[in-house]
Amino acid sequence: MSTDQHNQSFWTKYIWSTDHKIIGIQYGITSLVWLLFGFGLMMIMRYQLAYPDTPVPIVGALLGDGGLLPPEMYNSLGAMHGTIMIFLGVVPLAFGAFGNYFVPLQIGAIDMAFPKLNAASYWTYFAGSVIMAAGFFVPGGAANSGWTSYPPLAEIATMGQTVWLIGMVMLITSSLLGSVNILVTVIQLRTDGMTWMKLPIFVWTQFITAFLLLLAFPPLEAAGVLQLMDRLAGTSFFMPSGLVVTGEVMTNAGGGSPLLWQHLFWFLAHPEVYVLILPAFGIVAEVIANNTRKPLAGYKALVYAMVFLGFMSFIVWAHHMYITGMGTTMGAFFQTTTMIISIPSVVILTALLLSLWGGSIRFNTPMLFALGFIPMFGIGGLTGLPLGLAAADIHLHDTYYVIGHFHYVVAPGTIFALFAGIYYWFPKMTGKRTNELLGKLHFYFSLIFMNGVFMPMFIQGLAGVSRRLADGGQTYAHAADVIYLNEVMSYSAWLLGLAQIFFIVNMIISLFGKKTGEKNPWGATTLDWTDTTSPPLGHGNFEIVPKVYRGPYEYSVPGDKEDFTPQSKKV
Amino acid sequence: MDIPYTVKNRPDTGLYNGKLGVWLFLASEVMLFGGLFSAYIFLRTGVDSWPLGTEYLDVPLATLNTLFLITSSVTMVMSWASLKLNDFKKFKLYSGVTLFLALAFLVVKYFEYTHKFHVGYLPSTNNFLGIYFTMTGLHVLHIIGGMIVIFYYWMPGAKMWEVDPERFTNRIEIVGLYWHFVDLVWIFLFPVLYLL
Repeated sequence: MSTDQHNQSFWTKYIWSTDHKIIGIQYGITSLVWLLFGFGLMMIMRYQLAYPDTPVPIVGALLGDGGLLPPEMYNSLGAMHGTIMIFLGVVPLAFGAFGNYFVPLQIGAIDMAFPKLNAASYWTYFAGSVIMAAGFFVPGGAANSGWTSYPPLAEIATMGQTVWLIGMVMLITSSLLGSVNILVTVIQLRTDGMTWMKLPIFVWTQFITAFLLLLAFPPLEAAGVLQLMDRLAGTSFFMPSGLVVTGEVMTNAGGGSPLLWQHLFWFLAHPEVYVLILPAFGIVAEVIANNTRKPLAGYKALVYAMVFLGFMSFIVWAHHMYITGMGTTMGAFFQTTTMIISIPSVVILTALLLSLWGGSIRFNTPMLFALGFIPMFGIGGLTGLPLGLAAADIHLHDTYYVIGHFHYVVAPGTIFALFAGIYYWFPKMTGKRTNELLGKLHFYFSLIFMNGVFMPMFIQGLAGVSRRLADGGQTYAHAADVIYLNEVMSYSAWLLGLAQIFFIVNMIISLFGKKTGEKNPWGATTLDWTDTTSPPLGHGNFEIVPKVYRGPYEYSVPGDKEDFTPQSKKV
Repeated sequence: MDIPYTVKNRPDTGLYNGKLGVWLFLASEVMLFGGLFSAYIFLRTGVDSWPLGTEYLDVPLATLNTLFLITSSVTMVMSWASLKLNDFKKFKLYSGVTLFLALAFLVVKYFEYTHKFHVGYLPSTNNFLGIYFTMTGLHVLHIIGGMIVIFYYWMPGAKMWEVDPERFTNRIEIVGLYWHFVDLVWIFLFPVLYLL
């Protein structure tokens, strides 16, 4: 195992690496590129929504058809935007990148438990993501049945859907390898003294996320296999009898159920929501504790709430399916569980909010993003309550209200937390500092334009605008009074895109900047900051593997010289 | 520095890394096959008529296959136990028998499949045959995967015994866990598809 890391070529060191830090960075860069790409798809869609049937500027040449965006391609972009943002962007960034890089560092491990599996996980993800994108080049274009791939629509869709399913199976395999690795690492490789209740919240969130990925993804894999069989072997698992498509009766045997797909899909996809949000909680908790210079409020409550959240997330899935006409008994059960699951979320948010109380807050860039996360996620969560109740959901479900709701959770919610994490740990990963002015500009503009994109969606949704109109509602009676908001949202989206230039420029100039030489610039208490250099040693992370004596957030301990007491400092 | 607990047990969990990893992997496999079994129930309860397995499938052949797999599980344990008793020759023997039984299972399965194709029973014929081919096909893939690993440690990978016997024994234990799981899936598939 102990090969000499200093004599490795560029390829073995940076490409085929088994070092968890390099793999984390590989995940990070790949997923950021996909996030930008997925965002780009949406910017094209927003042009079509604001100015339907006019040629799309700048990228119009790529679309063919005189720069127009035909409805089928609009559907493709929508399906791929969702798929890319979630499966190729946010999850790999939150879990693959941050989890890989910082879980071993924070628990005092020299690497992940299975380094080769770790590399395999990244490369499977990479291959899966390339296959996913290859869908754009097959006849009929990429998958166009929504990111949820509901049958029977997905069953009769063009070849892109098959590519989507194969890509998805690869991504599920990758996440299986990654989650087993994180779980074994946390359970087996915690250093001496790192007991469960001394784990940083970030590690807890990654641990629970790994469980969700491990157990929730396989049913989608099963569903994916069944849909592949339907498409390739002619079975009818999701095809009802006597289905008529454009006037022709389908010749398959029938007897299947489109609802079966929805059950299997949402059995994954609801835990997936918590896969998206839990790592965000973890990052925000670290940043807030560090920048308020005081212990987190309610550490134990946070841990228990998150564990409970993880369990509950497996029994709420059918609240995505109220409009399928399920019975009232089923509906009552899932409404009850849905209301219950909002309790731990509120506990977590309250603990984070209370942590601010009486702190001496430092308003640096990571902290601004973390502070922005709290109300933005709050809006996302609270607007979800009406959707959890069938009576309200039936009216709101297929409108822009739903789009607004889950985007508030994921975009200004999770993605803000991920930005907070990038700014917070950038000095650890590179040994350099980011530019504060550019960071703050990035934050304020992102905050304004994120709200500019998503707030009007609630207004349109409450007015009854359907979420599936390729022309933005030009011919839709409900949209008449609120259609002017399309332009507001589109301009916000494009300006939001421009605001990301601050981030990209900041990353580039900071990477070329000088090393500061400080290993713990934020004065943090966790092992990743206190016991490693910045960046950590290439092989083995620590010069001496640290032991842990204290809780993770001992800030401003009375009687101590400094306002932070490292976890590894003897009592 | 080496990663700890790759061979020895961690005292507070009583497990080495690989064993825990495989148990977690099997948990995920339970969810995969669980999803498929749920799909089976959902499909079956959703229609008015559902054929009996015996209308399409050959119960005696499947019984024979069940015997093959159960015996292979026994020989799998024996091969691991032989290593624990430091008897490498016996390990080779039992591993070989395990592989042979797995192969016998595949041969029987091959005849079952080809016979059905021959008489025109295809996955597209109806949902019973569809789910039969999907689930047993996925199970066969698991069998083949297990055979590749068993073969590897039977032949080229067996070198490890001389270098690091404890680690090698652990590897066989892990392969065994997986193999028992694959057998267990069959123990569920057999009654559900053939008998009910």
